[in-house]
Parts: sequence; structure tokens; C-alpha cells
Amino acid sequence: MEFMGYRRPDGSVGIRNHVLVIPTVVCANQVARGISQNVKGTVWVEHQHGCSQLAPDAAQTARVFIGHGTNPNVFGVVVVGLGCEVVRAQDVAAEIKKQCPYKPVHCVIIQDAGGSYKAITEGAIEAHKMVEQASLLSREPIDISELILGTECGGSDACSGLSANPALGEASDLLIDAGGTSILSETPELIGAEHIIARRAINEDVANRCYATIKAFEDSANAIGVDMRGGNPTPGNIEGGLSSIEEKSLGCVYKGGTRPLVDVIGYAEKITKKGLIYMDTPGNDIEQLTGMAAGGCHICVFTTGRGTPTGSAIVPTIKVASNTAMYNKMKDNIDINAGTIVDGEETIQQVGRRILEEMVRVASGKLTKAEILGHNDFGIQRIGPTL
Amino acid sequence: MSKPKALVMKPIDNVATATQEIAAGTDIVVSVDGKMINIHVTEKIPFGHKVAIRDIAAGEKIIKYGEAIGAATVDIRPGQHTHVHNLGGLRGRGDLEKENK
Repeated sequence: MEFMGYRRPDGSVGIRNHVLVIPTVVCANQVARGISQNVKGTVWVEHQHGCSQLAPDAAQTARVFIGHGTNPNVFGVVVVGLGCEVVRAQDVAAEIKKQCPYKPVHCVIIQDAGGSYKAITEGAIEAHKMVEQASLLSREPIDISELILGTECGGSDACSGLSANPALGEASDLLIDAGGTSILSETPELIGAEHIIARRAINEDVANRCYATIKAFEDSANAIGVDMRGGNPTPGNIEGGLSSIEEKSLGCVYKGGTRPLVDVIGYAEKITKKGLIYMDTPGNDIEQLTGMAAGGCHICVFTTGRGTPTGSAIVPTIKVASNTAMYNKMKDNIDINAGTIVDGEETIQQVGRRILEEMVRVASGKLTKAEILGHNDFGIQRIGPTL
Repeated sequence: MSKPKALVMKPIDNVATATQEIAAGTDIVVSVDGKMINIHVTEKIPFGHKVAIRDIAAGEKIIKYGEAIGAATVDIRPGQHTHVHNLGGLRGRGDLEKENK
């Protein structure tokens, strides 16, 4: 099976051709937005990070920016800094250029440019050139074995584990069988299901890292001395019928399908292996999606029971409804209905196949509802305190 | 066959998930490993929520997907709504650890 994608000079594959404007610090958000709003064909993100951070947080924040810049869905990058922040725009721009020498990368520093208007002008002129170059590229046929799928569930209900998640698991299996890659994540939503995922690990080391990663997360929640419920499962999850984190996890783990687990990687770390990979992320939809996009995933399939609008600026996100009632209520946001499984009209295998076919269409250029709505949600997992 | 009102995922499960809202006093049929079991639903079960299909004693594990999703905090009878009022999660419970200290 093939899709129509962009082949990059280093051999990697993109399914979008974005020019990304990315601020490395919260203080540069408005200039980044100003650049993007002046240049059609660009996308931008904003966030609250980049300064007053301890080293592990600063390193993770920088890794997220670099990962977005190097993601093959991105043609070129304008990096915007203020000039005095912890996560320096010059360093981020230099690292993107080092990892992807073929990409146009421009760095704007607001304090050096002479203020916001001048920084917006400088960034917009550079972004303009990039969009012009990007528009010259054509798509070509590429085998789906080169696709990296990010799986996600958010706003889950009790049907997520019966319909949308197992159907996404089926699509994930089909992609892996074709030689592709799939990411399972959301560590807190594997609490109580770790034995299911660990027994599929390709060796003892991967299994042990799986248990250790999930235990570390549970320990951090327990250390605060509160009942997780209400934080996760969320009030919406509970209203939808989920009673405990174990119940949520056992439904969540289905979205990772049934194939062997080849590796466990950290938040926003680069995906280099084929097959099923577990990335350690929070369950928070935005932080999770951001981590997978930074890791290099091309496309995300996001299952939901309650309905959610979330999307990444650079990674097309396909929404799958777990129940027909919500699908009919949230058609603005939902791309596929898996509620047909609960209704007894389709099998998990049939819906899984439909998800894979939709992935191929989206990888070839079809816009998802989240893209049409302009969702550019972006959130970086925070480790320690703000200084 | 009409659409089932509740689904049982694995034969050892002691709860079923409602695929539509079930009114109190409704008799439903659930399929467990191909066998049809009649349940008299005694409380309203909202869509997506769980109904007990067996007697579950206080402290006993509540099983869905063939796995423990928590434990009963009180005795639960078949046909009763099984949710956060009578099911306690066992994981990620810092409050329980604090009590045990």
C-alpha cells in the first residue's frame, strides 16, 4: 500500500510541507504569531516555557522544539527568541540545521532585531521565501512501511475500550505488518495494564523498562498522597462510565494493538526503530501529542468517547469516535465513527481497516477536521518547578 | 437478533457495559462465552456504565476485560450499577498509602 508524500533529501518522508514558526520562550510567542499571521502557508505554536527552568526541564523543552523543527512534515523553520532566555533560539536553530542540513532554518532574536515589529518583519520575509520554495515540491508514491503512527486516546468513555481503541489497535497491527511504526504512549493510562504490554516485549530489558517507567509514574502520583481519580480518570471519563485508572488503562492499552513491543523511549525522544514503540508521556492529550510529534511521528489517530477538538500544528490528527451518539453530536471534530462496533453493525477488523485507509488518504494530503479547524495545540511536559 | 443492551468482554468478567441507557426494572440478556444470561437490572444504568452480572462480595475484585479494574467497597448484587460509589480503584491511590502509614 502506498501514499503520496514528500521525499526529503536525507531520505526521510513527510506527509505535510509546513513552514513552522516556533518561539523558544514564552516571551517570543506574540512575535511568532505575528510572523505566521503575515505569511500564508505557515503554522506556528505557542507555549509557556523556555525560561526560568532547571536543566532537565530546559533540555526537555529544547528537545521538543528541535524535534518539531526536524520532523519531516516540516519543510523549513523560523525560530524566534527574545535574547536572554534559558533555551536559546540560536542553539535550537543550530541543532535543527545540524540534524537536517537540507532544511531552511532562520533564527530571529527580538532584542537584536530591534523590537517586535522589526523581528516580525525579518521573520516574515524569511518565512515568505520558505513558503515559496516549499510550494515547488511535488508529492510522490511512498510505501506505508515508512509511516510513523502516533496513537492517542482522550476524553475516553467506557466504549473507548470496546470499539475505537481495539479498532485503532487493529490499524496499528496492519501498519506494523506492512513494515511501519506505531507509538503507544500515555504512561499513567498504562497503570494496571503493564503486564499486558510488558509480556509482548521483545526481550527482558524492554519488559523491565516498561515496568520501571510505569511504576515511576505511579510512585510520583502516590507520593502526593491523593486518589488519582478525578485527575485521571477525569470527571468526564467518570461521567462516561470509567471507574478507576485500571479500567481506563485496560481500555487504553488496546490502541497499541497486539504486535511485539520493540523499545521504550523517553518523552519527545527521536523514533528510530520500526514496529511498536512505547514513548513515556503524560496522559494529557496536548503534552502527549506534542511529545510524539517531537519524536518524529507523521500522523496521529486519536480515539475519543466524549469528543475532542485537539490537533497538532504539524502532525495531522484523525479523530475516531467510540460511540455513534457522540459522533453525530460532534461532527465538526470527528473524522471516523467506530461506534458502529458497539451498535453491532461493523467488526473491529472492518473499522481498523477503515482507519488505515483514512490514514493513507490523510498521508496523501486529505485534511483532517482538526487541521481545517486550525488546531495548533502545543504543550510541553513539565518536570520540575519554575524558578 | 436485536442489538445487545450490555456487553461482557471476557468470560470471567463480573460486570457488563451498557451499550444504551437501561431503565431500572428492565430484564436484559447478556452473552457470556456464547451462553445467554438473564439479568434483572435493579437500578438505572447510564450509557457506557457497568452493571453487575454476578454477586460480588465487599473486597472482591471487579473484573472487566478479564482483568481487575478495582475492588467492591460494599456487597454488590447482580443488576446493580457498578461505578465509583461501590468500586474502589487499587492503583494510583496515594490516599490509601497515606492511611496505611
